Amino acid sequence: MVYDALVAPFADFEFMRRALAAAIALALGAAPIGVFLMLRGMSLVGDAMAHAILPGAAIGFLLSGLNLFAMTVGGLIAGFAVAILSGVVSRLTELKEDSSLATFYLASLALGVTIVSVKGTNIDLLHVLFGNILAMDNQTLMVIAINATVTLVVLAVIYRPLVIECVDPVFLRTVSRAGAPAHLAFLGLVVVNLVNGFHAMGTLMAVGLMILPAGIARFWSRDITGMIMIAVVSALLSGYTGLILSFHSKVPAGPAVILVASAIYALSVLFGRVRGILRPLFPAPHLEA
Amino acid sequence: MVDPADGAGCTVGNGACGHRRTLGHRIADDRAMVAQLQFRDVTLGYERHPAVHHLTGEIASGAMLAVVGPNGAGKSTLFRGIVGILKPLAGSIVFGGLDVRDIAYLPQSAEIDRSFPISVFDFTSSGLWRATGAFGRLGSRECRRIVEALAAVGLNGFENRPIGTLSGGQMQRMLFARVLLQDAGVIILDEPFNAIDAKTAADLLALVRRWHEEKRTVLAALHDMDLVRANFPETLLLARGAVAWGPTAQALTADNLSRARQMCEAFDDGAAACAAQVSPRAA
Repeated sequence: MVYDALVAPFADFEFMRRALAAAIALALGAAPIGVFLMLRGMSLVGDAMAHAILPGAAIGFLLSGLNLFAMTVGGLIAGFAVAILSGVVSRLTELKEDSSLATFYLASLALGVTIVSVKGTNIDLLHVLFGNILAMDNQTLMVIAINATVTLVVLAVIYRPLVIECVDPVFLRTVSRAGAPAHLAFLGLVVVNLVNGFHAMGTLMAVGLMILPAGIARFWSRDITGMIMIAVVSALLSGYTGLILSFHSKVPAGPAVILVASAIYALSVLFGRVRGILRPLFPAPHLEA
Repeated sequence: MVDPADGAGCTVGNGACGHRRTLGHRIADDRAMVAQLQFRDVTLGYERHPAVHHLTGEIASGAMLAVVGPNGAGKSTLFRGIVGILKPLAGSIVFGGLDVRDIAYLPQSAEIDRSFPISVFDFTSSGLWRATGAFGRLGSRECRRIVEALAAVGLNGFENRPIGTLSGGQMQRMLFARVLLQDAGVIILDEPFNAIDAKTAADLLALVRRWHEEKRTVLAALHDMDLVRANFPETLLLARGAVAWGPTAQALTADNLSRARQMCEAFDDGAAACAAQVSPRAA
C-alpha cells in the first residue's frame, strides 16, 4: 500500500525515475544558490534573470528547433550577458543591481516572447514557458547533472569570499580582491541553475526551487550552513512529493513540485522556529540568563 | 619626533582653495622614525566635491593619532582613501614599505549587514584572512586564536551567537576582536567608541593602548576631546582641510576647535574648479 503510493511509480516507470533524478540534481544546485540570492536581497533578481534567459533559448530554438544543445547554449549566453552587463552597470554607476537588471530583463523577455510566438507552435511555447520534467531525455538529464555538479564545486571554491562579501563587503575589499570575481562567479552560477530550472520547470517557474526552499530555510535556522542544509532538504522533499502527487492526480508535475514547496513555505511562515507567525501563541518560558 | 615650532606653527589658515596646505608633521631630531603614511597634497571626495581638501603631511610608524573634527569634516573619507576604497581626486597617499593589506580598518558598524545569519565565531574568523586566504583551513591553532581574541574583548561564550543578536557594544567588541586577529601594522578605527557604554569604551581603549605599545600605528576618528587629550599624543584636527596637526595639546586649542566648527558642511553645486588643481604650483 505505502509501497504502491510512494515507491512503485519510480520502480515501474522510467520517465518517473528520470524526473526524480532531474528534481534531485536541480534541488542540490539551486537551493544553496537560492539561499545566497535571498540573503543578498536578490530573490526577485533571480526571477528577472530567469526571464532574461528566454530570448537566448528562443534564438537557439529559432535556429535549430527543439534542440537541447542550441537552447542551452543560447540560454547561457543570454543569461550571462544580462548578468554581467547589469553587474558591470551597477558596479560602475549608482544604479542598484536590481534596477539595472530589471531594465535588461524586460528587454530580453519581450525579445524572447516575440521570437517564440513568431516562429513556434503553441506546444513549443508551452514547453518553453512551463518546461517538461516528465520528458527528460538522456541529454537533458546530463546537462542538469553537470550543471548541478559545477554549481556545488564552484560554490565550495567561492564560499568564503562570497559570505564575507555579503555580510561585510567593505572589510573584504580591504583584505582581498576576491570580492568582485566571487560576485561574478556567483551570478554565473545563478544563470547556470536558471538554465537547469528552465529545462525542468520552464521559464516561468525556473526559480521555484531556488527561492522557495531559501524562504523556508529562513524560518528554521539562524546560521547560513544550517539554512543551506534545510533549503536543500526541503527542495528534495518538494521534488519527490510533487512528482508523487502529480503521478496520482491530474496535476502537472512542475506546478505540483512548486505547490508542495509553497505548502511547506506556508507551514514554515506559521510555525517556523525562527519568528514563525504563530510561535508567540505557544510561548516557552523565558530563561534565567 | 614632531617639530611643533610653536602653537601657530602647526595650524593652517582656512583660506581659499588655491592656498596650499603644507603643514603637518615634520620629522626633526629622530631620523630613525620612518614615515609610514604620507599624504601628498591629497584631495578626496565625491562627485568632484572635495571632502578632504589638499591635505599634506605624514604619519610616522608607531604613531597614535586622533583624527578629530565636526561631522562631515572628512574623517571617514580620509580613512577610506587610506585603505583604497576611495581613489583620490588629486594628489596621492604613499605607504612607506606597506601593503594595503597590512592595514586593519574598522569602519562605522552601520556598513555591516547584521541580519546576515553568521555566528560570532565565523564572523570573527574573517580577521585571519591574511593567514587563511579564501581557501585555507581553520585548524585548531587558528580556532584557538579566535577564541582568545573573543576572550580578550570580553566576549567569552558568544562564539555561537548569531551576530544579529549582539548589542551595539558587543558588536563593537567583536569588531575589535577581528582587528586583533588581523595583526596589522597599521590600525584605523572610525569612531570606535560611538554609542557604547563607558565600561566597553574603557576596555576597548585599553586594547588600543596595547596596540600602541606594540609599536603599531593607530589612527582613530574620535569625538570625545577628553578621551583624546588623555590618551592620544598626536591629533589631526580636520575640517575638510587640516586646521591643526601636531601634539594634541597644541592642536586642540579652543581657537582651533572653533575654527573647525565654522566649516561649511554643504557642497556648493556652483563651486568653480579648484585653482590649485587647474594650475598646480611646483612644490
